[in-house]
Formats: sequence, C-alpha cells, structure tokens
Amino acid sequence: MEKMSRVTTALSGSVLTGRTMHCHLDAPANAISVCRDAAQVVVAGRSIFKIYAIEEEQFVEKLNLRVGRKPSLNLSCADVVWHQMDENLLATAATNGVVVTWNLGRPSRNKQDQLFTEHKRTVNKVCFHPTEAHVLLSGSQDGFMKCFDLRRKDSVSTFSGQSESVRDVQFSIRDYFTFASTFENGNVQLWDIRRPDRCERMFTAHNGPVFCCDWHPEDRGWLATGGRDKMVKVWDMATHRAKEVHCVQTIASVARVKWRPECRHHLATCSMMVDHNVYVWDVRRPFVPAAMFEEHRDVTTGIAWRHPHDPSFLLSGSKDSTLCQHLFRDASQPVERANPEGLCYGLFGDLAFAAKESLVATESGRKPYAGDRRHPIFFKRKLDPAEPFAGLASSALNVFEIEPGSGSMSWFVDTAERYALAGRPLAELCDHNAKVARELGRNQVAQTWTMLRIIYCSPGLVPTTNLNHSVGKGSSCGLPLMNSFNLKDMAPGLGSETRLDRSKGDTRSDTVLLDSSATLITNEDNEETEGSDVPTDYLLGDVEGEDDELYLLDPEHAHSEEPEYVLPQEAFPLRHEIVDTPPGPEHLQDKADSPHVSGSEADAASLVPVDSSFSLISVSHALCDSRLPPDFFSALVCDMLRFYAEQGDVQMAVSVLIVLGERVRKDIDEQTQEHWYTSYIDLLQRFCLWNVSNQVVKLSTSRAISCLNQASTTLHVNCSHCKRPMSSRGWVCDRCRRCASMCAVCHHVVKGLFVWCQGCSHGGHLQHIMKWLEGSSHCPAGCGHLCEYS
Amino acid sequence: MAEGENEVRWDGLCSRDSTTRETALENIRQIIVRKTECLRLMKETPYRPADGLSNAVSLDGLNKLLAHLLMLSKRCPFKDVREKSDFILKSVQELGIRIPRPLGQGPSRFIPEKEILQVGSEDAQMHTLFADSFAALGRLDNITLVMVFHPQYLESFLKTQHYLLQMDGPLPLHYRHYIGIMAAARHQCSYLVNLHVNDFLHVGGDPKWLNGLENAPQKLQNLGELNKVLAHRPWLITKEHIEGLLKAEEHSWSLAELVHAVVLLTHYHSLASFTFGCGISPEIHCDGGHTFRPPSVSNYCICDITNGNHSMDEMQVNSAGNVSVSDSFFEVEALMEKMKQLQECREEEEASQEEMASRFEIEKRESMFVFSSDDDEVTPARDVSRHFEDTSYGYKDFSRHGMHVPTFRVQDYCWEDHGYSLVNRLYPDVGQLIDEKFHIAYNLTYNTMAMHKDVDTSMLRRAIWNYIHCMFGIRYDDYDYGEINQLLDRSFKVYIKTVVCTPEKVTKRMYDSFWRQFKHSEKVHVNLLLIEARMQAELLYALRAITRYMT
Repeated sequence: MEKMSRVTTALSGSVLTGRTMHCHLDAPANAISVCRDAAQVVVAGRSIFKIYAIEEEQFVEKLNLRVGRKPSLNLSCADVVWHQMDENLLATAATNGVVVTWNLGRPSRNKQDQLFTEHKRTVNKVCFHPTEAHVLLSGSQDGFMKCFDLRRKDSVSTFSGQSESVRDVQFSIRDYFTFASTFENGNVQLWDIRRPDRCERMFTAHNGPVFCCDWHPEDRGWLATGGRDKMVKVWDMATHRAKEVHCVQTIASVARVKWRPECRHHLATCSMMVDHNVYVWDVRRPFVPAAMFEEHRDVTTGIAWRHPHDPSFLLSGSKDSTLCQHLFRDASQPVERANPEGLCYGLFGDLAFAAKESLVATESGRKPYAGDRRHPIFFKRKLDPAEPFAGLASSALNVFEIEPGSGSMSWFVDTAERYALAGRPLAELCDHNAKVARELGRNQVAQTWTMLRIIYCSPGLVPTTNLNHSVGKGSSCGLPLMNSFNLKDMAPGLGSETRLDRSKGDTRSDTVLLDSSATLITNEDNEETEGSDVPTDYLLGDVEGEDDELYLLDPEHAHSEEPEYVLPQEAFPLRHEIVDTPPGPEHLQDKADSPHVSGSEADAASLVPVDSSFSLISVSHALCDSRLPPDFFSALVCDMLRFYAEQGDVQMAVSVLIVLGERVRKDIDEQTQEHWYTSYIDLLQRFCLWNVSNQVVKLSTSRAISCLNQASTTLHVNCSHCKRPMSSRGWVCDRCRRCASMCAVCHHVVKGLFVWCQGCSHGGHLQHIMKWLEGSSHCPAGCGHLCEYS
Repeated sequence: MAEGENEVRWDGLCSRDSTTRETALENIRQIIVRKTECLRLMKETPYRPADGLSNAVSLDGLNKLLAHLLMLSKRCPFKDVREKSDFILKSVQELGIRIPRPLGQGPSRFIPEKEILQVGSEDAQMHTLFADSFAALGRLDNITLVMVFHPQYLESFLKTQHYLLQMDGPLPLHYRHYIGIMAAARHQCSYLVNLHVNDFLHVGGDPKWLNGLENAPQKLQNLGELNKVLAHRPWLITKEHIEGLLKAEEHSWSLAELVHAVVLLTHYHSLASFTFGCGISPEIHCDGGHTFRPPSVSNYCICDITNGNHSMDEMQVNSAGNVSVSDSFFEVEALMEKMKQLQECREEEEASQEEMASRFEIEKRESMFVFSSDDDEVTPARDVSRHFEDTSYGYKDFSRHGMHVPTFRVQDYCWEDHGYSLVNRLYPDVGQLIDEKFHIAYNLTYNTMAMHKDVDTSMLRRAIWNYIHCMFGIRYDDYDYGEINQLLDRSFKVYIKTVVCTPEKVTKRMYDSFWRQFKHSEKVHVNLLLIEARMQAELLYALRAITRYMT
C-alpha cells in the first residue's frame, strides 16, 4: 500500500505529457521495456540495445549498451525487462541461452553485471519480481524456467516444463509467490516459486503455442493469454478451475498482450506475423478493436504502457526499426467506421433488423409499416458507470413478422418433397410435377410443366427445309421479343391464368390481386420493406393496360412468331385471335392424329375447362407436331428459368434444370446454374429437407455442387463407455476393448445405421427398433424408459 | 469393340465395403476375359497386315491391366482383393497368356525384403493406415511400405500428402500433380515422376504438358525458376522471385496458390530425397516394376537404371557389407560414449563467443568438402529431363558460391512462430498439418540405438537436424556446432549431404557404409529427419521471401 501511494503521488506530481511520435532505430527491435519513472525506454534486438529518453517532442538516445568491438551473441536479445523497483537494473534474454543483467549504476562504459549461462537453448523471456529486488525469472526454449537471485552466481531453483518450450513467464502482481508460464504446446502453468518440484495448476489454454500472458494489474485472478491460434483469452484463476471469461478473436497470431492501466477491460495486443498494427481491445466487445495504431510498416515486436497508472501512452517497437509512442486520443477507432446495422430474413419471410438504438427510435416514429405487427426487442448493455469509455453501443432489434397465412411456405416444402426429378421418362416427370403443382394450387407452375412436356416430348425431327425457315424467322425477331417480355416481368403461365379466371366471369381485379400475392410469396425479397401495394399496382396496370399484348405474347412465347403478327391483331376479339395465330392449317390436322395431343388435350381440359387456354395448348402442340426441334425453344425455356429464378422461385428453376438435364444445361452458364443450385440447397437445408437437398446435390451436374456431398463425409464416433473417440472402426473401442454400439433388440453390433433414444441412449438397428416400437413404447434394453424417436 | 465397354474402373476396389470390391473385381475379370478372347481370336484368324497394329495395341492394353492386377495381388491391403486378383492372373495364364511377375526385391533396394513389413501381416493400426492410403490413392506405394517402420510418422505424412493433393486448395488437381512432377524431375527421380504422371493423367491433365515444361501453361513455366532455386540453392530466393510470380499479368499466381505450390515443391523435393535415400524400387505396375520375361534372365540392371542408380555399386556392396562385426560394434559404443561426454562436460567447458561463431563457420565450410565430387555432373539422359530446363543448375555449396549470403538466423524467422502463421493464413489447415509432421519427425524416438535401449537420442537427432540446416546456411544461436563434429562421422556426413543436396547420387554403398550396426528402421528414421529438415529449410527461405514481399 505504501508503494501504491508513492506511485500515485509521483504521477500526480508530474503529469505525463507528450505526443504521438516515432524515432528510427538502427536495427529491428525484438522487445522494449519502460523504466519506472516513465521517462526512459530500453530497446533490445539482435543487433541493438539502447536506452532512449522520452521527451516532450522526441526520443533522445541516451545510452548504447552494446559496447565492445566484437559482436557477441550474448548481446543478441530476445527479450529485455527493466526492474520496476530499481531504476538501474535491467535484464536481457539472449538468443544463445544466456541471461544477462545490467547495472546502469556501474561507472565503467560496460554496464554488464552478471551472466547466467544455465539454459541450453534460446531464452524467450525474462521477468523481474514486481516487489522483490533480487529475484529474476527466465523461461527458455529448452523447457526450463529458472529463478535467479541476483546476489548469487547461479540459479536458486529450476522449474521443469517437461521438455516443452517455455514462451513466456510472468510473476503475479498480487500474489507474492505465484508466477504463470506459457508453453509451446498450448498449456499454461501456475507455479509457486517455493515449490520447484511440480506446478500448482496446469490447463490447456490455446491450440498451438501460447506466445504471451499478462496478469491483470488490479484483478487478482485475471490472466490474459495470447496464442498462435489468433486468440486472446482472459482466464479467471481465482476459481477452483481456470475459467475462460473473455475471448477476443484477432486476425493474426498474438505475439504480445498487455493490460491497459486504469481501464479494467482493456488490453493491447500486437501480432507475430502479417499484421503490423497494435490494437487495444475491450474484452467485452471482442469483435471490433476499441483502438488501433497503424504507424508501423513491419510487425510490431514489443509493446509497453508508458506508466502503470496512465492509460493514454503506449510505446511500441517494431521489426521496421522504429520506436513509437502512441497517444490514445490519436488512435483510429474502427468502431466509428463499422456499420452497426444488421438485416436478416427468416425462413417464413420474417425480417429482423438491428441497428443503433437512436437510429431506430427516430425512424420508426416517422415511418410506420402498415399491416405489420412489430415486436421490437431491445438489447441494452449495462454500462459500467466507472468506465470512461463510451464506445459500447446499445442496439435495438426489430422483428417484422409477415401476416399469418400469406407467408406460409408449406407449398415449398410440399413441392420439394413431392416433385419427381429423375428416374422416369421426361414426359412422366413433367406430368407428375405438373400434377403436384396443380394440387398445391400453383397453376402457373403446373402450366409450365405441361408446356415443357409438350416442347420436349414430341416425336420426330424437323425436315431441314422447314427448320431453316422457322429458324430464320426466329432469329430475326427472337431478341426484341424477349426484351419486351422481360420488361413486363410476366410469365406466359401467369397471363393465361388471369385470363382463365376472367373468362369465368369473376371480377378481374380480384384475381389479379390473388395472383400478385402468389408471386409475392415467392418473391420475399422486397415485399415487406417495400410495402405490398407497389407490386400489386404494377401487375394491375400491366394486365389492364396491356391485355391484348399479353394474349399475343403467349403464342409468341411458344413459337416465336414475327412481330408483325402482333400489331394487326390488336383489334381482334380475344378468343379468336388465338385460333388465328397458328401459322398453317395443316397443323390442326396433324394434331388430331397425334396420340400425345389427345393426351394433353385431356389434361388441359380437365385442368381448365375453358377453351381459351385449351386452344393455347393445342397451338403449341400443333407447333411441335410441325417438327420444330426442341432446341428451337431452348432460348425461351432458359428465359423462363431465369424468370422464375428472378422471382425468387429457384425451386422451379432448379427442378426444371434437373428434369431437362442436357437439353437446356448448355444454354445457361455454369455460374448461374451453380448460383441457383446453391440457393435452392440452402433453402432446402433451412427447411430441414436433408433428403431432398441431397438428391438435388446428387443430380446436379455442376462440379462445384456435386462435390458438396463428398466433403466431410467422415463421421466420428465416441465410445459410449470411455467417451473417447474411436479411431479405427466405428463399433469397437480400442481403449476399452468393447463393442460400443450394440443393438438393444438383437444384441449384435450395429455397423450401419444406428438409431438411439436421446432420453436413455439405448438403441440399435434402425429396422429392429422400428419393429420393436410397433409393439411397445418402452425401451428394448429394459431400462424402463418410454423411448421417443423423432 | 467399343473402348467404353472395356474401360476398367479401379476405384471400386478402394471401397471399404467388401461387396463393392467384389463386384468391381468381377467386372475387371470379365473385361480381361473378353480381351483375352479377343486376342485369341485374332491369333487364330489368318494374319492380316492391317491387324498387326491393333493387335499390338490391345496386347499392350491387356498387359497394363495384368500389371495392375499383379500390383493388387501383392500390395492391396484387402485380403479378398489380393486373392481374387491372384486367381484372375492364374486363370489368364491358363489361357496361354503370358503374365507378368514383379521385379526387384521388394519396396526398397537397400533394405532386404524380409525386413520390411509384408502386406497382410500388419496389425490393426497399420491396416487402417494402409486402407486409408489405398482408399485415397488406389495403391499402396513403396514409400508407404518403407515408412511404415514408423507408423506414427506415416499417418501424419499420408494425411498431409492427401490434403495437399486431393483436398480443398487453391490449385486445380492436375496442377498439383504437375508441380509434383516438376519438383521430382529436378532430382531426376523417375519413381515419383512415373507415379505422378499416372495421377496427372488420371485427374484429366493434358498429356501434351508431359512433353516438357515448355508445353505447359506459361503460369507453370514461370514456376520453373523458383523450383530450380528452391531445390538446389534456396538461400538465393529473394522477394523479387516472388514478385515476378505474383505480378505476371494474366499468368500471375495468387498468394494462396503460390503458397500451395511452394509447399508442394518442397514436399516433393524432400520426398525425392527419401526415394533415393532409401532406395525405393519402382512400383510393380509402373515401368520397370515388373517383367513379362521368364525369371531366368538377370533383371538387376533394369530397375537400377530406371531409378537412376548406378548398378556398379551393387557389385561392391558385398565387400562393403563384410566389415567385421566387432569393428562396427565399436562404432556404436564410441558414439554413445561421445554423447555421454558431451552431456557431462557441457557445464564445465564453456566455449567463448568467437569460438562458437567460428564453429558454425567451420562446420559450414567443412560440409562442402564432405562431398566427393561435383565434377561428374551426369546430364540425365532419360525422359525425366524433359520436365525441367537448365539441367546444369545444381547444388552449390552455401559459402563457396563467391558472393556473400548472410546467415539465416532461426531466432529471427522460425517455422513455429512465423512460417506456420503465414502458411496457415494463406492455405488454411496445411500449416497445422505440416507443423504436426515436423513435430513428429523431430521428436520421434524409441529411446534405442542399435542394440542399446533407454538412450536419450535427442542430442543426436538435434545434431542431424541442425547439420542439415547448417548446409543451407541456417544457424541456431543456441547451438554449439562443435557437437556435430563429435557425433557425426564422415561417412554419415557424406550420406546426409548426398541425400539432402544431390539425392540422385546416393548409392547402396553409401547407405550401407554409415552406421553399420544400426537397424534398417533406424536408417529410415534418419531419412525421415533428413527430409523433414530439408523441407523446413526450403520452406523457411521461401516463406521468408514471401513475408518480405508482403511487408
């Protein structure tokens, strides 16, 4: 306590001043350390060992400790430390394994005091006892820690780390006898200085070497460790078992960590490789550094707070041969630049939105979302009143739910489960899928399937003359037509649906509204934010204003007629127009002969007993019978797929892609396909439709997709007795020499599918358990548990 | 007959499911029977000149199949496959077709076959290893069979190699094999080149590339220079090399790709060292691994020539191997004595700083005299040479090379702290795998030395490791290089130096003449240390250059 007050008075007596500055060193630095008076800093490296005075405006070289003509490896420093009690006392760790102490009070030029050559390998770290004047601790690559009494010639005691290299040693600031050491294998050990025979406590802190550790200056039990696994962890050692209380994820391996004075939750880190910046973290906000110093051009190797009670001055040395003083107020604060808003869609169209509280409060007052129930949930962090740093943001989370009913995605699930994608002839697949779609009330989709069937399943090939003719036509006009189509964002199916309903005599606007809501469901992306009336208007306008064109588009979509046909027909009554459109009378005759036609005619009739659509289908049929090659339509089909995908119905796009296979694949570029596949698979997996998603993966031809189910195909099993992983085979444990997974019904080893009750963890062969459960709901093992299987 | 029908699919055999294997084998059997029938028919029909060619082609195809079957019958970890393929071969023989038989004496020419583990007699742990290796590659190569002396290392080695060649990575699969070919060809290692030529074609590589590096894409050609320097004089790698690769407009490499390539190059350079260092024989199904001739003909030379070793040495083996037992026994004793002395006197006699520094220099300088002669630079005449250019570029001693190259200090850039982080950043998970491999290789010990048990060999292992790094100009501040001189005798140094720097010149004589009393498994252990130390040395230089480029 006495010491404490002395330091505080020292601080209050002379307030630290200075600015952000740097000075050039002659060589790369490996470590730095600050003198107790906060006015001097020592820099050590392979070929540098100097003391600099920290002045108001600059660093001034005060003393060069590298004397003598011959460069000695004893001076090649891996670490340096300045005694916090004695201003004249320094210690260095040399790369050749020597620990050297320096006495600045010596009158001669050579200040070297003592030489300890006990370590066999590089000494990584030296550390003075915080209160004891003569106690020095070192940790070395050879796996030993040694405690030296500076009044004696050799070490007082040796602590063995079981041949694991020691990377850091630190005396506890509060507990007189305790020190922590970190190891290359990821362990941290706690030692009592009086008991060299074994460590007090040991735990694995990191995956890979732990490069550094630092005791919290005020909190007795807190120890921060940094490792090669890019993490900084804060451990509470006061409890019985070391408990991880905070974890900060950085972007590179952590070389040094130092608690910030006077700020309970702050620590500074620098990295070993790649990243040159020094960061100050608030451990409670582990994703964004509170402050960042970007002065260095090469990796920072040493950091030190200038004064143990002043949080604003940080010193750092670097491989780029510079020494820097950073001022906290000059630091860049990544938080300022971060974008504190987050937006996410739920599966069922719910929207969650998180933003700064202030931002949301003002906005929500101004702009109410009609028709939505709002469930604002506020997360607010409790601010530590003692904490001067106000960077911790509080944010609000809003969830917008979609109206019940309209947002139901059950059609998606049903469709996914019932669609047939392979294993049958194309015609059957199309029919099946059309039927599924129809049963789910998705007439537009059903129509598409029917059309696909018609396009691709007609017999015969086109005579060349005929082909030339029609191809010529198509190429002359296909492009502009497509454009007009895309602009309207309308599918042929949709058009025909509206028309059908209308002819039934219903009010037009109603149907359209219904339709539009149907498209809205598939197109979740903008519905709630935009307000649902916008797209509705759009559709209405389209339908009302451009009825005729819509009609015209259908036949065109089917066979790419010349645009001249479109214009004159505007005046015609709607129904006749369709009958008019077929290019020639001979098709009608053909139609009657074809068995396919009759089949689909029947289909169409049962589906929509209105002759307008009937005629539409027969038109396309007639066209097919005129022996147009299916290739002829592929551009249109591709456009159709793109249309569906853009509408948000990737399900349709992918299903058609799979069903049609080679027929269309070549016309759509790989990346788009891949994109559709991944979106669809993602959706399927979010709905837990694992089987379907796997089928899709399997059927996909895209390389990137089909390799999805070849990755991570290994299943690791733990033994049910010893709870350790079974390495060689999945059913016999090497350690306890027992068969781990026995079937509770037949008492044989299960080598394939093993199903078990999560309540009592008994189980067995899938078939056996299923059979058992038909008769009884009790556990077959006889444990009395009422088993539940999902 | 359509080719597709006769396409043989071997991958079914890699399955762990015995029924899948059985169907696959049955398929193969049928194809072979069909081919044989076809051949017989052709023979029976009167000779037509036009048929001569197709006859030869189909015979060639059949022979390839039979060779593969022979390999399976010897080297497949699954008993059922071994038996069945043997059966098929026999039945083919009964039909009057000449079947192949393996050449050479097992996986290694240096190690008697009986010392090496036989496939089929492995324990459960090794069987898992074999099965894993077989599943990944479709074969159990000779390297694996030799390395299995040290299963712990083998596991890590296979895992790493599998990851490098087949798992996620920035480079396409055929690039990876091609880089392997490039690297192995630098040391004229026809064994590895042959293996990877097959793999390269298997993953869909363009056969044209195999005609020489100049037929490969510009991007790979650019890598040639790095390959050359890395293999022979890694200390000359500068950040300009890296920059040249990364900034070559449309042919430029990305950092991640480059790290992948560098890891592959170093892996195959050191694997070439292993191949020569342990005298690995050609694979049974590759050229030179089998013969269709009856056994009466002497076939010694064939396998030797194809593997780049001089058959002359084989003759001298016997004279070298006959060194009196007592003499070599003394060797071990002396070595142990020295180790003990070093352990004890360490504290007493403390060498001065200058002394220590000069010892490193001495060792470095001496290491170059160790080498017998550079003069007999044999220009490789075999087809391997077409995979690389500038054949005269070889290892030049670190310090002799005229210009002064600063010593590389491990304390300033080491694998654990720096290399690992860089690799893992640019090529995730690989850093971890390689790190594990280094660790296992460095720490592997059974605490035995020849006939002695409970020996702490760490000092010896460290001497070997540091000696190799010393040859590459890498210095450990905390190591007394005087120890090397005490522990490693001249013939051992010759062997180390040859394996690491010019592996193609290793002879059986060299292998036999060092550590005569030691077991073969211990010599393989030494080889593992050699190749890992070499790989780390190359990696350190390459990664340091990349780091310098990045900062």
